[in-house]
Amino acid sequence: MLINWIHDHFLTLLTFLPALGGLFILALPKGEHNSIRALALGTTVATFVVNIWALFHFKILTDFTFQEVIPWIPAFHIDYRLGVDGVSFLLILLTNFLMPIVILSSWREIETKVKEYHFLMLLLQTGMVGTFAALDFFLFYIFWEIMLIPMYFLIGVWGSGRKIMAAFKFILYTMAGSVLMLIAILYGYFKAGQSFNYTQWLATPFTADEQFWLFLAFALAFAIKVPIFPLHTWLPDAHTEAPTGGSVVLAGILLKMGTYGFYRFAMPLFPEASAHFSPYILTLAVVGIIYGSLVAMVQKDIKRLVAYSSVAHLGFVMLGLFALDQKGVEGAVLQMINHGLSTGALFLLIGMIYFRRHTRQIDAYGGIAKTVPLYSAIFLFVTLSSIGLPGLNNFVGEFLVLVGAFQTKTAFASVAVVGVVLGAIYMLWMVERVFFGGIKHEENKKLHDLGLREVLVMLPLIVAMVGIGVYPKPLLKMMSLSTENFVKLSNRGVIARTPSVARRTKQSSVEPGLLRSPRLRSGSSQ
Amino acid sequence: MLDFIYKIISPQTVAWLIVAFPLAGATINGMRSLVASRFGKETSHSLTSFIGCGFPILSFVFTLVTFLLLIGFPAGQEPTMITGPLFQWVLDKTLVVDIGLKFDQLSLVMGLIVTGVGSLIHLYSMGYMGHDEGYTRYFSYLNLFLFFMLLLVLADNLVLLFVGWEGVGLCSYLLIGFWFEDPEKAAAGKKAFVVNRIGDAGFLLGIFLIYTTLAANNLPISEHGFKFFNFEVIQHYRAYLLPYATPICLLLFLGACGKSAQIPLYVWLPDAMAGPTPVSALIHAATMVTAGIYMIARLNFLYVLSPTAMTVVAWVGALTAIFAATIAVTQNDIKKVLAYSTISQLGYMFLGLGVGAFSASIFHLMTHAFFKALLFLGAGSVIHAMSGDNDIRNYGGLKEKMPITCWTFVMGAAAIAGIAPLSGFFSKDEILWHTFHSGHTGLWLIGFIGAGLTAFYMFRLVGLTFFGEPQMSSTKWMKVHESPPSMSSVLLILGFLSVVGGWIGIPEAFGGGNHLHHWLEGVFGKVVVHEEMEVSHAPEIILGVVSVLWALHFAILASVIYAQRKEWPEKIAGRFHFVYELLLNKYWIDELYDFVIVRPLLFISRNILWGVVDEKWIDKYAVMGTGQMVLFWNRCVTRLQTGIVQQYLFFFVIGVILMVWRYAF
Repeated sequence: MLINWIHDHFLTLLTFLPALGGLFILALPKGEHNSIRALALGTTVATFVVNIWALFHFKILTDFTFQEVIPWIPAFHIDYRLGVDGVSFLLILLTNFLMPIVILSSWREIETKVKEYHFLMLLLQTGMVGTFAALDFFLFYIFWEIMLIPMYFLIGVWGSGRKIMAAFKFILYTMAGSVLMLIAILYGYFKAGQSFNYTQWLATPFTADEQFWLFLAFALAFAIKVPIFPLHTWLPDAHTEAPTGGSVVLAGILLKMGTYGFYRFAMPLFPEASAHFSPYILTLAVVGIIYGSLVAMVQKDIKRLVAYSSVAHLGFVMLGLFALDQKGVEGAVLQMINHGLSTGALFLLIGMIYFRRHTRQIDAYGGIAKTVPLYSAIFLFVTLSSIGLPGLNNFVGEFLVLVGAFQTKTAFASVAVVGVVLGAIYMLWMVERVFFGGIKHEENKKLHDLGLREVLVMLPLIVAMVGIGVYPKPLLKMMSLSTENFVKLSNRGVIARTPSVARRTKQSSVEPGLLRSPRLRSGSSQ
Repeated sequence: MLDFIYKIISPQTVAWLIVAFPLAGATINGMRSLVASRFGKETSHSLTSFIGCGFPILSFVFTLVTFLLLIGFPAGQEPTMITGPLFQWVLDKTLVVDIGLKFDQLSLVMGLIVTGVGSLIHLYSMGYMGHDEGYTRYFSYLNLFLFFMLLLVLADNLVLLFVGWEGVGLCSYLLIGFWFEDPEKAAAGKKAFVVNRIGDAGFLLGIFLIYTTLAANNLPISEHGFKFFNFEVIQHYRAYLLPYATPICLLLFLGACGKSAQIPLYVWLPDAMAGPTPVSALIHAATMVTAGIYMIARLNFLYVLSPTAMTVVAWVGALTAIFAATIAVTQNDIKKVLAYSTISQLGYMFLGLGVGAFSASIFHLMTHAFFKALLFLGAGSVIHAMSGDNDIRNYGGLKEKMPITCWTFVMGAAAIAGIAPLSGFFSKDEILWHTFHSGHTGLWLIGFIGAGLTAFYMFRLVGLTFFGEPQMSSTKWMKVHESPPSMSSVLLILGFLSVVGGWIGIPEAFGGGNHLHHWLEGVFGKVVVHEEMEVSHAPEIILGVVSVLWALHFAILASVIYAQRKEWPEKIAGRFHFVYELLLNKYWIDELYDFVIVRPLLFISRNILWGVVDEKWIDKYAVMGTGQMVLFWNRCVTRLQTGIVQQYLFFFVIGVILMVWRYAF
């Protein structure tokens, strides 16, 4: 039965449905722009529908669900191994939720090489979903690299301004990280008894030195993606010059690859090293929050401003992850999703106004709330979501991150709270200069307000923002066991940070449930 | 009748409806406004008014019903109710936030003030904003404000309170910048939001500290259920907070300073007068700005744990009271005078809180809501008549043209000045009496001088506006008219309340029953009652009489000077030129903040962080530098590939020599 097959292969379907649609697009004649767009939209919508279907079958477990294992290259013990936990499933859901919106938003923006654009977008989707779903390092690496190539072309071909430079910088930065990660993967492969299996790695006792280097290699690759200060300078260029759809995917999902990498690989696999590096990464995260906000404040280009704000937002995610407190981690995961929604929405809105005026300079606007009231209202709404107004999505995430971090890393959380103030400053100042005041430029008097298609693009995002803000419980529940497990696994290092090597190996075999008890933790650190 | 209601719908439903009505109004009018503006159409004003005023009034009625229900409880039972969670907002193993409402003596008083005064101001707005094209948008914002304000005062936990807290800030932002085409007004809105956010950051840290402290103690889970933000839970376990009481209270007080415009975060409130005048009356005088006082009163059980924090609150309040009063003396914008007066009066409320007179503060909060709303609406009526002119130097003699506005305004001014037996006298005097009585003579003196200043600047305003000779052109004078009944009737109601509103709190010393005080005892306990107070009322009466005389003196002085002897103040200003300039320019605090904080921050961000660190150090030198390095080595290696066999042989020999060297020696 087909239904049964689907039930057993949700992840395969989710991963390869977009690529399949992409192949069909390749088969279509070049001039058939609208058929191409419609097919792309249909494919992404279908993928999203399958994802919702899968949501009903999703079981909240500590372990991975929807697992699929097929031996792929037996000689090297490479398997086609997929599986998700609450967190990666939510991120896949986010991906598949955003993609139809992205396709719909570029309906009129992309007029050149329509076929290639949509093919690459769908290929990108396959890469992203696959990355979140892969549990085999070899497979993971392949999907990881599949993502990069379409993005490179999306920026380089359909971008604006200094697009070649931006695309080059993007690929240079990311490749530098990927190469190191590949070396680390190969090392771990031999260490774990020639296995690329993620669960196998979890059980492998890496020595402190190994952890140190492997963590560094993984963390660098992920830190570039996040991006953590000071590895962020590819981001403003790439975000700004990419076409709207590209920016949305880049901000909404690709950045999460970095934080997801920390969540899935760098921290639970190398707990001691992550405990060792924790103060440095936390420092960089907090610096990123403040620094990103301050630099965002003085940007002259709206898109660049939002790009820098991502540095600050992702700083909160890193703070939450390294707080190693379940609330903080849940907040961090929620922030990954929220940032995808809010910043994605901001990029979409900027794309809409750019389509009309062909400029993103703040100076070129001013007072347009008068001419485009609906656009302004939605923009203000998304802005409020982005600055964490209670009742909307970002507040929930930020609150959990901060309360969790305050509990375990008080000093860092206290400084990070400043970011809440700065966020309001740079966003509202931008809104003031773009929308309020008198109309300074003649061109802005004839701007036309949002059309039906654009409202349809924004509506799902707005609903999601309110939904998560008012009732975040379902999402939190979905990730609760996974985050708990993550904290357990990643906390192994905190306990093991004692001089004796022998003690370390003994400690790591302790039943993880016991490690949560605060008494034991404080006892072992004495 | 009540039984019937009780049977049909549970009190919980009534309670939730109180909050839901304004939200419904805001949503409906907001949607209508958006759709209309998208298609360039006009919305029907009458439907907007019906929705926009109907829902707040319903909300008021339901609050009243709840009030009646709760005082209908059998004797000896506290008139309190907790609705229980509508749903759980955030759920984690160690953190549970229930969305629930709490009704007790304090929140009922607040709820009645908010919905009552709120409804009146909605009605007034129908006339005041009648000609504005953003009429529907205005009402949707105003209803949204009411929703968040009710959430704030009715919340049963700190997180929901914070939701309301930030929400009213948002509405304040939207309404200050309501006429966004004027860049100054838009900027004022942003300033209000940002300054409030600074306070909110402190507030957040405060509640995190509460959570962390409580979570660190192994308290029985079955009792608290990890609802550490719940007022009940905090109150129950307050002893555990003792070690951190001072930082917690001070951090929360920072939040209160932002919202309630105290030193050093008061700077947004005078600018906030850019909004429509009814908004100033509702948000920036009667309700929102008192949120800080409400919050501290709500957490009174925490504040009494920290004498240090209490002292800080009292001193900040007293200093703000006199500081703002001095500025108010020289301001020429009618709304600015009232704004500084609000800051000053809020200072009095904090002074009351700081000396432990919680119920006196709430009393003053209530009477202030009446008379300050009245004064602002009166000012609105004057501005309306003067077709938008705010400058009191251009007024004069308006008494003849607008008698209702004039006499209600005088009533309000007398109330705020503390002239017996109007409402302000009893509430302010109670604060001052408690300050004096608890031994804070210095604070009392500051408050006492401030009270004189209050009387002076208020009657300066009255004298300049309504008495003396008209200072405007005769054509303008012809156009001045009394406001329509929809506005003046609201003035009359508030005037009535300003007169009699204080009578529910007349202290025993003056033969009253001090009902409000006893009503609030359920929340504040008897901490503020001093034993000897019961014994002798003589000092309290003496102080009361002294302060009436004191205020009266200044009031008469000011009205005489400013109505008849206008040259005197000019002469004084000329003689004490520096002092006058200092006050007129509000101590140059805005300029100071701009110079010390805003400009350096922008400079550093733009020229150092972005210009140097980002673009030069990281991007140009580190990243592109690495790229250049790679290219450089690339070139070097390329050069080696010459294709000349002799050269390769030469490298080979060198290599061999080196290897031999390495292993042989």
